[in-house]
Amino acid sequence: MKFTLSWLKDHLDTSASVDEICEALTDLGLEVEEVFNPADRLKAFTLGKVTHAEQHPDADRLRVCTVQTDEGSKQIVCGAPNARTGITIVLCKPGDYVPGIDLTLSVGKIRGVESHGMMASERELELSDEHDGIIELPSGEIGERFVDWLAENAPEKVDPTIEIAITPNRPDALGVRGIARDLAARGLGKLKPMEKHLPESKFSSPIGVTIDEDTRENGCFVFAGCYIKGVENGPSPEWLQQRLKAVGLRPISKLVDITNFFTYDRNRPLHVFDAGKVSGDLRVHRAKGGEAFVGLDEKTYTLGAGQVVISDENGVESIAGIMGGLETGCTMETTDVFLEAAYWDHIQIAMTGRALKINSDARYRNERGIDPGYNMQAIEDATAMILELCGGEPSNVVIAGEVPDVSRAYKLDAKRVQSLVGMDIPETQQRQTLTALGFKLEGNMAQVPSWRPDVLGEADLVEEVARIASLTKLVGKPLTRATAGVPKQILLPLQKREQAARRMAAGLGYNECVTYSFVDQKSAALFGGGEDTTRLENPISSEMSHMRPDLLVGLLQAAARNQARGFADLALFEVGPVFSGGEPGEQALQVSGLLVGKTGPKDVHGESRAVDVYDAKADAEAVLAAIGAPAKVQVMRDGPGWWHPGRHGKICLGPKKVLAIFGELHPKVLREMGVKGPAVAFTVWPEEVPEARNKSATRPALQASDLQAVERDFAFVVDANVEALTLVNAAAGADKALIEKVHVFDEFIGGSLGEGKKSLAITVRMQPQDKTLKDEDIEAVAAKIVEKVTKATGGSLRG
Amino acid sequence: MDDLRDKYIAAIAAASDEATLEDLRLQAVGKKGEVSLQMRELGKMTAEERQVAGPKLNALKDEINSALAAKKAGLEDAALDERLRSEWLDVTLPSRLRGQGSIHPISQVTEEVTAIFADMGFAVAEGPRIDTDWYNFDALNIPGHHPARAEMDTFYMHRAEGDERPPHVLRTHTSPVQIRSMEKQGAPIRVICPGGVYRADYDQTHTPMFHQVEGLALDKDISMANLKWVLEEFVKAFFEVDNVELRFRASHFPFTEPSAEVDIRCSWEGGTLKVGEGDDWLEILGSGMVHPNVLKAGGIDPNEYQGFAFGMGIDRIAMLKYGIPDLRAFFDSDLRWLRHYGFASLDVPTLHGGLSR
Repeated sequence: MKFTLSWLKDHLDTSASVDEICEALTDLGLEVEEVFNPADRLKAFTLGKVTHAEQHPDADRLRVCTVQTDEGSKQIVCGAPNARTGITIVLCKPGDYVPGIDLTLSVGKIRGVESHGMMASERELELSDEHDGIIELPSGEIGERFVDWLAENAPEKVDPTIEIAITPNRPDALGVRGIARDLAARGLGKLKPMEKHLPESKFSSPIGVTIDEDTRENGCFVFAGCYIKGVENGPSPEWLQQRLKAVGLRPISKLVDITNFFTYDRNRPLHVFDAGKVSGDLRVHRAKGGEAFVGLDEKTYTLGAGQVVISDENGVESIAGIMGGLETGCTMETTDVFLEAAYWDHIQIAMTGRALKINSDARYRNERGIDPGYNMQAIEDATAMILELCGGEPSNVVIAGEVPDVSRAYKLDAKRVQSLVGMDIPETQQRQTLTALGFKLEGNMAQVPSWRPDVLGEADLVEEVARIASLTKLVGKPLTRATAGVPKQILLPLQKREQAARRMAAGLGYNECVTYSFVDQKSAALFGGGEDTTRLENPISSEMSHMRPDLLVGLLQAAARNQARGFADLALFEVGPVFSGGEPGEQALQVSGLLVGKTGPKDVHGESRAVDVYDAKADAEAVLAAIGAPAKVQVMRDGPGWWHPGRHGKICLGPKKVLAIFGELHPKVLREMGVKGPAVAFTVWPEEVPEARNKSATRPALQASDLQAVERDFAFVVDANVEALTLVNAAAGADKALIEKVHVFDEFIGGSLGEGKKSLAITVRMQPQDKTLKDEDIEAVAAKIVEKVTKATGGSLRG
Repeated sequence: MDDLRDKYIAAIAAASDEATLEDLRLQAVGKKGEVSLQMRELGKMTAEERQVAGPKLNALKDEINSALAAKKAGLEDAALDERLRSEWLDVTLPSRLRGQGSIHPISQVTEEVTAIFADMGFAVAEGPRIDTDWYNFDALNIPGHHPARAEMDTFYMHRAEGDERPPHVLRTHTSPVQIRSMEKQGAPIRVICPGGVYRADYDQTHTPMFHQVEGLALDKDISMANLKWVLEEFVKAFFEVDNVELRFRASHFPFTEPSAEVDIRCSWEGGTLKVGEGDDWLEILGSGMVHPNVLKAGGIDPNEYQGFAFGMGIDRIAMLKYGIPDLRAFFDSDLRWLRHYGFASLDVPTLHGGLSR
C-alpha cells in the first residue's frame, strides 16, 4: 500500500514530520517498507536570476549568462534556448549532485569560457521528462531554497511517498483513511470528518439489477447501481493524475481514475460499466462453467461453475468484485455509465480469484474485506465525484439484496489486557483507544466498526489496545523456571541418538550436508521411491518433484556436483528424514554416509587407496556403537537394488530388524547419478536400534581374571563362498565360557588352494576364569574348534 | 691384591668393545680368572689370615663386576647413540592423513538454540514434515480462504484420484508441532520445535526448504512481558553479548494475538553485523500471545491457560551469527563451503563451556 503525505493529510490533520509518521506506522503494525522524499535530492539547489545573457563567442547554440545568486554574481554557460535575461532559474553550483544526469558538478570550461554551475531543467532534477529548456519560475527570491519554493507553489512535486506492508488482517488500512485513523488513535493528529454526498436523482435508472436466489448466500450480499447519463470522459485533472502516479498507478481516464481513487482513498473498489454497451438489465448469478470472458486486461478467461459473475442479455460482462469486462468497459467516447458498488462474499472472491489467477486491486481488497457499512454511501460519494469531474445527471440508486448486518460486540476486560500483555494500561486509556479506532463502547461492551472484519473476539480488543499503546514500551519480565533447581534432561532418546550419530560421523571425517527433501523422479525411482504418493502437486522444478526415499540420492547428487568442481575424494553424510509415502508420519530418520574415490590423496606413506566396503562397514559400526546399538549383530545379504548385489551387508537383529546397511553402490546407479566411482556408503536407521534395557547408570562389576589368557591361531581351507562370520561363530561356539574372542586376521584366495577355495585364518583368545590352562586343556579346546568349524563350513584345517 | 685391582679397573676402563670386556671378565672373575684363583687359595690359609683376605677378595670381585657392568652399559649407550645418529627422518614430510569431518551450521545452531532454551525449561518437540492442512492451517486459525494460505506459497502433495480429502502439505512452518505438542502434553507446557519447513519460493534470499524453530510456553499467567524477557535472554545468550535491545513491533499472525515482530538493535558497520549496538534494527522473529482459537484446536481451555509462541529462522540466525552470506549455499553441499562454515565434531555447544569457540 502506497500513499503520499498530502493524500494522508486529506484525512489527517497533523503537523507530524514524515519521520514521526513512519516511525509510528511501523510501531502500529503498518510496517513502512520504503519512503521516497523527492525533496531529499533537491535540498542543495537555490534560486537565481539571469541578469545578462550573450552569445558564446565560439558556439552558435550556447549562451554565456550572468546569474545573480546567494553567493553573488556568477558566470554560467548554458545551451537552453530559453536562457535569457530576466528569468528566475534553479541553480546547481559546483559540488552539487544533479540526480537526472547522475553527476557532481565542478567548475568547467565550455569551448574556452568558464562556467560556474548550471541552470537545471525539470528532467535534470527528475521532476518530469521536460527537457526543452531550463526551469523558469514565475516567482521566487534570489538565494531561496528550491524545495521551499516547491513546497509553497507546487507541493505535489515534493510530496513524500510512503509504502507500507499490510498484514492480511487489516483491510481497512488498504485505504488512506484507515491509515489516518490508526495514526489519529496513536495521537499523531486528528481524523478529519468525511464529507457525505447525496446527489439528487433526475430520472429512473433504465438498467435494473437482480441477484439470483442461489447467489445471495456466499455470493453477493448487496449490489447498488446508479445510471449517470451525459458524462464527458477524458484525462483526469492534474491533481488526480499526480496522486495516482505517485502510488504507482497509470492514469487512464476520469471514469477509471475515479474508481481507482476510491480504491486507494477508502479501500472501496467500484466498477463503471459503459451503459451504452449494456443490453437490458444486469443479473448477478453463478457461472455455469465453461463460459469465455474477456477481461479489461484483454485476456480471455474460462469461467468455472459456481463463480459469481454479472451478466446482461449478451452474456457475462464482469467477474464480480474481481475484474470488469472489455466489452462494457469505459472509453473516452463513453457518455452514459452505470456505476456499481457491491459487497461480495470474500471467500467466494478469494476462491474465484485464485482459480482464475487474476490479481487485481479489486480482488485484493474484496477478498480481504471492505466496509459493508459504507456501501450505500459509497455509491452516492462516487456519483458525486463523477458529476463533479465529468458532468452528467444521475438516476435513482437501484439496489438488489441488502447490506449485511455485521454488528457485534465483545467485552473489554481491562484486567485481561494487563494480564495478557503484561503492560499497565489504565482502563480510561483502553477505552479511548478503542473509541478512536471507531469502536462504540456501551458499558464494557465494545461494538466493532463495520470496517474491521478481523476483530472477532476479546483477544482482538487486547491486540488493538496494545498496538496503539505501543509494544515498544513493553518491559521484559522474567519467566520463572517451571520447576525449581537444576534443569532436567530435555532431549528424548532419539534426539540424543541423532546428535551422537552426527558428531560421530563428523568425527570419522565426514562432512555434513543438508540437502533438499525433494529430488527428481528418476533419481528417486533408483532408490525405491518416485511414486505418485510422494509426488508434489506443485514442485518449483522437475528437479524437486518427489520426496526423497533415501538420503543417498541427495548425497550422490552432492558428490557429482563436487566432482564437477574438481573434488574426487569425498566423505559426505547427512542426518534427516526420508519419506516412504505421502501421509504424515510416513517418514523415518536416517543417517547416511558416502565415501567416494580414495581414502585420501596420494601420500608419502603409500596409504592412499580406493575406498572399499570395509571402510563403510567400519563407519556404520562406529555410528551404531555411538547410538547404543548392541555389539552382537547379524550381517545379512539381499538388500535393495541400489547396492552392489555381492558387496553389501545388512546389519540386523534378526531377519526383520535392520539397523543399518553398508556396501558398494551399484555401478549402474552411480552411472545414472553421474558419480565417478568407486563409491561406498552406509545407512543407519536410529529409530530401529532398541532402547537399552538397563536404564540404570550403574555398570555391572568388572570381571577381570588374574589368570593368563592364551591365544592360538588356526587356518582353515573352506569354499570361497563361505562367510567368515559363520566360521567365527562356529569357533566361538566351541567353548562359550572359555573363548573370549575370535578374530579373523587373514584371508587368502586361490593359489595353491585351487579354484573356488580360500583360506581363513583366525586368532582365538581363551580366558580361563578359575584355573590356569594346561596344554591338554588347550589341545582339547583346539580340537573342538576344528570340529565345530569343519562341521559348520565343510572346510578343513589347513595343513 | 691392589695390583690386581688397578690392573683390571684400568683395563676395563680402556676396553673399546664388548668382546674385550668379556675377555677381561673371564681373566678376572671367570672360573679360572685371577681373582677366582686367589679365592681358591683361601682354604689353605689360617682362620686369621682368611678373616682378613676373604672380605678383601669379595670386595675386589664386587668392584670388578660393577666396573664391568658400568662399562657394558656405557658401551651399549654409545652403540645406541651411534645407531640413532644414522636413523634420521625428514620430519617435515606430511603426517599420515586423517580425514577432517564437519558439522553443518544448521545442526550446530539448532544445538545452540536447544542448549539455551533447555536451560529455561523448554523441551524439544518434533513433528512430521508432511502434514495435513488442518495441522498446518486450520488449527492455527488460518481457515481455507485466508489470504495467508495463498501468501505462504505452500507445497501440496499429490492426491490420488478418488481421494477427496484436502491435499496434505509440506509444512510451511514449524507451528503445527505446537498443536501436536498441546494435544500430546496439554498445559502447562514449554517446548521448542526446530526443523525443516518448505515454501515454493526460490531466489537470492529464499530457498524452497529452510529451517525454523518454534517456541511455545503456556501456563496460567504467562504474559507478553515474559515473552520479551525470554527473547532478550535468548538473543543475549545466542549472540554471546552482554546487552541487547529488542524492539517489539505490532504485527499480525493468524495464530497469535497480540502479535509482534521482533527487531534487535545492531550495526552493520564495515559490512559485519554487531548485535546490541548501532542505529539499525534487524528483524529476527515473529511472536505473540497464542490465539484462543489455537489453544482450543490444541485441546486447551483458553479461559484457563494463556501463553506465548514465537518462530524464527535457524538458517537466518546462523547467517547473522556466523557471517554466512548466501542462504542458497546452505543446501548446495559445496565441500569448500562445508569445510569453511562447518564446525568440528567436538565443538558441542553448551552453556557451561560456551556456545561457540
